[in-house]
Amino acid sequence: MSTSRRPRLNIGAVRSSFAPWADPSLEPLVRFEGVTKRFGNETAVNDVSLSIYESEFFALLGPSGCGKTTLMRLLAGFETPDAGRITLAGEDLAGRSPHQRPVNMMFQSYALFPHLSVEQNIAFGLKQQGTPKGQIADRVTEMLALVRLEGLARRKPHQLSGGQRQRVALARAIAPNPKMLLLDEPLAALDKKLREETQFELIALQQRLGMTFLIVTHDQEEAMVTADRIAVMREGHIVQIGRPAEVYETPNSRYVADFIGDVNLFEGAVTAADGKRVTLATPDCPVGFEALEDDRLAVGSTAWLGVRPEKIQLHLDPPKEGPNRMAGKVADYGYLGDWTTYVVELESGRTVRAARANASRLVARPIACDDLCWLTFAPDAAVVLTR
Amino acid sequence: MKRGPSAFNIASVVAGLAFLHLPIVLLVVYSFNASRLVTVWGGFSTKWYGALLRDDQLLAAIWVTLRVGLISASLATVLGTLAAVALVRSGRFKGRLLFSGMIYAPLVMPEVILGLSLLLLFVAFGLPRGFWTVTVSHATVTLCYVTVVVQARLISFDKALEEAARDLGCTPLKAFFAVTLPNIAPAVAAAWMLAFTLSLDDLVIASFTSGPGATTLPMRIYSQVRLGVSPEINAVSTLLVGLVATGVIAAYLFQNRRRGRDA
Repeated sequence: MSTSRRPRLNIGAVRSSFAPWADPSLEPLVRFEGVTKRFGNETAVNDVSLSIYESEFFALLGPSGCGKTTLMRLLAGFETPDAGRITLAGEDLAGRSPHQRPVNMMFQSYALFPHLSVEQNIAFGLKQQGTPKGQIADRVTEMLALVRLEGLARRKPHQLSGGQRQRVALARAIAPNPKMLLLDEPLAALDKKLREETQFELIALQQRLGMTFLIVTHDQEEAMVTADRIAVMREGHIVQIGRPAEVYETPNSRYVADFIGDVNLFEGAVTAADGKRVTLATPDCPVGFEALEDDRLAVGSTAWLGVRPEKIQLHLDPPKEGPNRMAGKVADYGYLGDWTTYVVELESGRTVRAARANASRLVARPIACDDLCWLTFAPDAAVVLTR
Repeated sequence: MKRGPSAFNIASVVAGLAFLHLPIVLLVVYSFNASRLVTVWGGFSTKWYGALLRDDQLLAAIWVTLRVGLISASLATVLGTLAAVALVRSGRFKGRLLFSGMIYAPLVMPEVILGLSLLLLFVAFGLPRGFWTVTVSHATVTLCYVTVVVQARLISFDKALEEAARDLGCTPLKAFFAVTLPNIAPAVAAAWMLAFTLSLDDLVIASFTSGPGATTLPMRIYSQVRLGVSPEINAVSTLLVGLVATGVIAAYLFQNRRRGRDA
């Protein structure tokens, strides 16, 4: 597949103005209210409350076993909550079987019916709805065009490539025009390059249809690229909900900071906090840390600074005065092509990761292992975490 | 190192196969014997197959056997498939182990005991023994074989397919017929053929549970042999061997074709 197939939608511009969750007059499409689900002694979903709005692309992100798939299956009707309720367009879904719910799911294994052709697979949901034959044929043609599988209508699933199967599964779930599309790890089975392309296709598709998408993924990059909002889950709880940039730049806990992207976490004791800035004393940085923070943290309390590797500058000459200066030596580095990640061992003994964009072609590496170096970061590059 | 089978390997395979199949080969060969005497070769002839067609009692027995086989295999397939679905799909219900153990018990139970217990049951209920008691008994015995075959297929069948069908608007029952059944059909067909073949060649259970007017072919052959082996019996036995072999091979091919497509 060539890159010219990528949609030419100005997604960023459309996205930044889309924020239905900020409008209190809007009724969410889906509402989870205190939903709990237990399997035996294990609580898979623990008192989750969550609202998803019409036309939103919402991602449930978390490691495997965090309850994200269970949450989706509760919405689809394959599991029944032990407590709480789920409403869709104002209607309580309790007691409604999967076939009575106007949501469709795209399964991780795609779950294409092996005995049916591509077009029969796509027509399956429409047939169950009792759609007249002519209309089914039209809709199937439309769906095949949508996912660019026009020539493959009569193929059986086992005659398709992984990417094609993924698109058939997508078309089959969209065909009955559900109020909401649920995608369970939709890209997990694809190789990296195809996955990246498909991410953009999914966004373009969602924009074009105006359909509400709920995606479950363990891949933070997938969630960041596709979703309007991300809910980060951990052990059955939702830890943080926000736009991708919010979750990345202002994580609310060490867990979220660490789960989404790479982060260096420094522990320190608060020495001053004036409602704008906070200073921390720490063995890692003898001159002390300084970061922006609105909250007046109690002096003497423990806080953590989260600093992303790309926000740390690496110097070979000692920098001038200022906070957030650490001396160390390069312990290791990894060349990634576009970036180089350096692992620097501080005088305190801990290691810090710093990333540098390879802005020019590297002929002779200026930095090598065991080189002495200094690390700095700006006060606004760090996020202060208290839990 | 020498590749391929050694002389010893070849010898042991030949000996093993001969041990297994020499009696059957002999039976088939003697069914074409022109001589009335079973042990004396009197030249090639198909006259015993002709005689077969004029033996009304034998033809009646064949007809009974086929009917018993068809009906009992169908009954066993439906019930056995349902049992397999229950075992594989309903997860961990209370007494699941007991249930599966009870399903498989007839596989290892001596046939004589099965036959005897069925006979006792029919006597206790005052049921006249005949065609239907044999049929039901065969269904009982072959049911567990059906369950084993169908269960093996269901375990490898992706449960998400059923969920997808339900998600797209099917009730659980409809999802079973629209998606599950078409996909496990080869295994169900193979199970039916297995049940049919087992019913065809059963003597023990039939002897216990049959009554007047419902003599199956194996029963007929057995009673005739007690009066002396006739070439006509050889002929009908050859036909039976052919039919059973065809059934087993067809069942095998059915399952294999499926496996080839899944891979």
